[in-house]
Amino acid sequence: MKRLLRDRRAIFGAGVLLVVVAAALAAPLVSRRDADQPDIVATRFLPPLSADARGAIHPLGTDRFGRDVWTRLVYGARISLGVGALAVLLAIAIGLAVGAVAGYWRGPVRALLLAFTDIALALPRVVLLLLLAALWRPSAALVIVVLGLTGWMSVARLVQGEVRSLAARPFVEGARALGISRVRILWRHILPNALTPVIVAAALGIGNAIMLEAGLSFLGLGVQPPTPSWGSMIASGRDTLVNAPWVAAAPGLALVLVVVACTLLGDALQDALDPTRGSRAPPAL
Amino acid sequence: MLPALARRAATGLAVVAGVVTLTFFLLRLAPGDPVELLLGPTATPAQVAAQRHTLALDRPLAVQYVAWLGRFARGEWGTSIATGRPVRALLGEAVPATLELVGLSLVLSYLLGVAVGAVQAIARPRVDTALSVATVTLFAVPGYWLALMLIMVFTYWARALPAFGRAGLDGDLLAGGPWLADRLRHLVLPLATLTLIGIGGIARFVRGAMHDVVGQPFVRTAQAKGLAPFAVLWRHVARNALIPVAILLGLSFPALFSGGVFVEFVFAWPGVGRRLVEAVLARDYPVVMAATALSAMLVVAGNLLADGVVGWIDPRIRQRSDAA
Repeated sequence: MKRLLRDRRAIFGAGVLLVVVAAALAAPLVSRRDADQPDIVATRFLPPLSADARGAIHPLGTDRFGRDVWTRLVYGARISLGVGALAVLLAIAIGLAVGAVAGYWRGPVRALLLAFTDIALALPRVVLLLLLAALWRPSAALVIVVLGLTGWMSVARLVQGEVRSLAARPFVEGARALGISRVRILWRHILPNALTPVIVAAALGIGNAIMLEAGLSFLGLGVQPPTPSWGSMIASGRDTLVNAPWVAAAPGLALVLVVVACTLLGDALQDALDPTRGSRAPPAL
Repeated sequence: MLPALARRAATGLAVVAGVVTLTFFLLRLAPGDPVELLLGPTATPAQVAAQRHTLALDRPLAVQYVAWLGRFARGEWGTSIATGRPVRALLGEAVPATLELVGLSLVLSYLLGVAVGAVQAIARPRVDTALSVATVTLFAVPGYWLALMLIMVFTYWARALPAFGRAGLDGDLLAGGPWLADRLRHLVLPLATLTLIGIGGIARFVRGAMHDVVGQPFVRTAQAKGLAPFAVLWRHVARNALIPVAILLGLSFPALFSGGVFVEFVFAWPGVGRRLVEAVLARDYPVVMAATALSAMLVVAGNLLADGVVGWIDPRIRQRSDAA
């Protein structure tokens, strides 16, 4: 924890994420809710920092329906961050289960699960996402399930390795000698010790999941309009790139900022949790 | 070397078979009955049953799967529902376009990414930090958004480069120099987008790999015996640091192809990714199936190629897999 607090990357990453999450949670307080029923002709395509006829300031301008881009960005953060976080939670749950079983049970079970993981890892993820998203009616829940089902493999491999090395330690042998059941040893004694790499994978995975959610929504296969998600906002800004470039630019910049924050936080966590790695390669920032 | 490659090829085949099987059963699980769609709401149950029998849809799922797999393996991929054209012809046109874009960007992003990462490994801390900020940002940029921003600047504002397609409207009439120039102008923006988003991850990885090698004793020995810094970097550090990079090459094919899907979509590049997205949006199932299988095959072929490269760079791996 001390190492983490001295790391500039961790401070920046955690700071950005805190601000974005706070803004998303406090969306009604920091934005204008009346932006959904505006006078369309008078208020559409206002550039950033300009005021409309009623004197209301639009910090990021308005889109082609006269909707305040800042308001949609803040409400979109709820969808984008929420979907990303839930998708990563699902991926971690699956990865933990597969990894723990593959790491603890030797023989054909391990071989089969590892082969399955390797094959799943080699599949082009976006192609699978497109396929799954095409078959059912697009929704936020579908995106969460689909991202979870296609994102568990790296967690499974990490957990498998960790469980395998922990299972050979003396304290596990001791627990077995005491007659504790295998499932209980795995659950109470091994898994809590194997969670460290999972935290890093979660930080890196959430940025990736947010980016993929935005990608699916950009293609029209994710969260459906008029619900704002950063991806669907970029998609709608695509049509007005000439008269109103800010409509597409703002959600994209927000996306980059959040993904950078997740990546830096993940890097810092990795160095802090694994001192041997940190001593060899100096932090990048 | 050869037995190892054969084992890899078997794994690759398993991946392709897995994708194809998964696709078949997912399509069957999905809501919507093709027979009822085909006959419309006025069809009697007898008519539906007859049509089901004609299409062999009343046979057990396993039998249907084997029959479908046989046709698929022989290359009978059916006809596109949306366009009425044979799926093979449709995708046959798309593969060269994808290989051109993704292949070139692969080469460019690796050359630039390795260069940036290597510079970071030996540069002063301030330069290293500045480059790290740049690479982590590129790493986080979504390809389709970068594509839109480049289109905004270079197509709408500067009016310098075309943003759509692989050739101009008059592309078929051109020949020789003008033809090549037209193709290149259309290639610039998609290629730049795909390359830029690729550089970040590669540079970050190379930087770490170089640092791992720089700290090792044999590098200090090389420095101590008075070799020029460049010779140490090139002959001793780079050669060892490039092994994990080549392994990364194999692992990055799925991601690269995925990036290609979005970039092809935005730039209307007539490749496999764009066809796939269009087919998904139009629920054009024969094309979705074939494009999915084709993507899996391209990715697996890329992985095999990368495995070959790793063995070529590192004799140790070659010997180890020979012994195994």
